[in-house]
Amino acid sequence: MSEQIRGEWPLYEVFVRGKRGLNHVHVGSLHASDDALALRHARDVYTRRNEGVSIWVVRSTDITASSPSEKDPLFAPSGDKVYRHPTFYEIPDNVPHM
Amino acid sequence: MSSAVADHELEAHFDATIEHADRIEPRDWMPDGYRKSLVRQIAQHAHSEIIGMQPEGNWIGRAPSLRRKAILLAKVQDEAGHGLYLYSAAETLGVSRDELTEMLISGKQKYSSIFNYPTLSYTDVGTIGWLVDGAAICNQVPLCRTSFGPYGRAMIRICKEESFHQRQGFELLMTMMRGTDEQRAMVQESVNRFWWPALMMFGPPDEDSTNTEQSMTWGIKTHTNDELRQRFVDMSVPQAKALGVTFPDPELVWNEERGQHDFGQPDWDEFWAVVKGDGPCNAQRIVHRKRAWDEGAWVREAALAFANDSSRKGESA
Ligand SMILES: [Fe+2]
Ligand SMILES: [Fe+2]
Repeated sequence: MSEQIRGEWPLYEVFVRGKRGLNHVHVGSLHASDDALALRHARDVYTRRNEGVSIWVVRSTDITASSPSEKDPLFAPSGDKVYRHPTFYEIPDNVPHM
Repeated sequence: MSSAVADHELEAHFDATIEHADRIEPRDWMPDGYRKSLVRQIAQHAHSEIIGMQPEGNWIGRAPSLRRKAILLAKVQDEAGHGLYLYSAAETLGVSRDELTEMLISGKQKYSSIFNYPTLSYTDVGTIGWLVDGAAICNQVPLCRTSFGPYGRAMIRICKEESFHQRQGFELLMTMMRGTDEQRAMVQESVNRFWWPALMMFGPPDEDSTNTEQSMTWGIKTHTNDELRQRFVDMSVPQAKALGVTFPDPELVWNEERGQHDFGQPDWDEFWAVVKGDGPCNAQRIVHRKRAWDEGAWVREAALAFANDSSRKGESA
């Protein structure tokens, strides 16, 4: 079994820009033998109906992710900074355009 | 000792996520049973898409016009795509693609029993689009809100594409119904063959469905087999009327009181026989899949060897 897994094509994560002006968004993953083929496979698997104008593919092993179990410590710095949100500030109703 | 406490906390966190109808993501802690259930269900679903290419692929070379051929090619290609979305969702649970393929070929994992029935005429392409993809839509729409994130997201992509599948099938049958008496008879004959197997796609009756209750507690499934089957029957009856065909069920009748149709039960002995491997095409489907896998081995190996060629790597650096 391990022999087989070693022969498996690497896993890539696929990001698609739906149209100009939007961010690339993660749409799923696929296997490919190299970067160029990953792009071609991504086109066939994830954009058969004009779902995108641009594709990024990234080897899954090259992604560094925050761990969900460390969720609290990592995001804690923003948790106590309510003053970063506009609703923190009270402005009287008679002040327009704010 | 302390890890037991931590496990308990993780489980409480998992339960709370499910209770709030929030999504579980791949790197979250989850109970072993939840993971196993998901791998089984998503893999079975992926295998169904992949094996499901065969009965229709059978007619690509014999489609009656270039228009119909292009449509059928696109439809079968979509089913390949559906299989790939679902395999990648299953892989986020820690199972490899090769293992999944191996479990399909060795029969350790199942696929939908419907694809073990043959396509005897081109008409069946229309009937499959209408009834089989129609039943699949009934099953899949609620799964867009399933509790495991990657599975739900794959289902959303799939559901967007299924509507084309059902409509092209219905349109194909409508075209034949406007044709000769012989063509109309072909449509009715095809519908007669696929009606009961389509009802079986929702799985055994609730009282015999061992996995349903736990799957619903975990938010993997949101409706029971019988609920979805009822919904499918109620949706299909007016469509059949519009098409001008009947379903081969003498018990099928509108029940005013329930506001739903009463209908007969499929032959569940036949269902279990097909699930256990004795359907008309079980052996053929797996032999075909295995041949495609074996004959593609040299391509997979050659592509990897090419990618790993160090002299080429130096070039691109
Ligand atoms: Fe599909
Ligand atoms: Fe489909």
